Amino acid sequence: MIQRLANPARFNRLAGRTMPWLAWGAALCIGAALWLALAVSPADYQQGEAVRIMYVHVPAAWMALVAYAFVALASAGGLVWKHPLAHVAAQAAAPVGAAFTFLCLVTGSLWGKPMWGTWWVWDARLTSVLVLFFLYLGFIALTAAFDEPQRGERAAAILALVGVVNVPVIKFSVDWWNTLHQPASVMKMSGPAIHPSMLWPLLLMALGFTLYFGAVVLVRMKALLLARRARAMAMAQVHRAAPAAAEPGSAHG
Amino acid sequence: MDRMAEFLAMGNYGGYVWPTYILAAVILVGLAIQSRRWLRNEERAVRAMEAEAPHRRAAAASGSARGETAR
Repeated sequence: MIQRLANPARFNRLAGRTMPWLAWGAALCIGAALWLALAVSPADYQQGEAVRIMYVHVPAAWMALVAYAFVALASAGGLVWKHPLAHVAAQAAAPVGAAFTFLCLVTGSLWGKPMWGTWWVWDARLTSVLVLFFLYLGFIALTAAFDEPQRGERAAAILALVGVVNVPVIKFSVDWWNTLHQPASVMKMSGPAIHPSMLWPLLLMALGFTLYFGAVVLVRMKALLLARRARAMAMAQVHRAAPAAAEPGSAHG
Repeated sequence: MDRMAEFLAMGNYGGYVWPTYILAAVILVGLAIQSRRWLRNEERAVRAMEAEAPHRRAAAASGSARGETAR
């Protein structure tokens, strides 16, 4: 499957066919989740109505990690197996992951203020998620930092792989250190630990965000492939128009 | 009307709950629109270049041997 996708024409056809399903699925899931989250699910006995922030914050946090895993896997695919679409996939996904991470951080702040009495604390969970956000920004900056796009994508891919150590740090930060952030409480080894009336909007929102991620990444991959094609065409034109000018200048430049 | 006001007040947490949902909508819709617009622009640019000089198609296709330029 992944090998078959190496052909960009085939990828484009498949992406064009898949994208509308992902987009409509995302809209449907998020719409249903919004209704359940805002109108149907009960207020929390401790947190009152503020608990509704959870239905955005927690799925955004999951997506921040899922998207990073995607970027790292795609980067590995590009560095190790040299799959032609791998770096494109990583570059398409990074801004989406950064957006989810940003959403997670800000909604966490909006939840922290009424519940903890502070917008921000430098504790392990919050700080490691902030590091994740900077990893995304670094990745995006590196892809654009070189004249030669291939060098940029390699450098960014290496950063993405090094940054993978941060993922388990985020996951287990609430267990390893004393933090203000509560430990994992949706899924425990014994099964779901929250009531179905709260679990459903949460899972539907997470599914909707995942489908949204898929749809937007496909659109961005197509755009990136076209941008590369335009660049190749422009370079071919320059070389044809002025072959002499394309030669390197005198050695003592 | 009272129920609406009560809903919007969110038990006095409205000032935190609504910004959460509004920000999520702005970020997700904004990113989707930006991505789509970017794709349209690239499609238009490539089409324009192909129309301008049809023989360039061959040049672009030769680049596809590197597996990165062809559609």
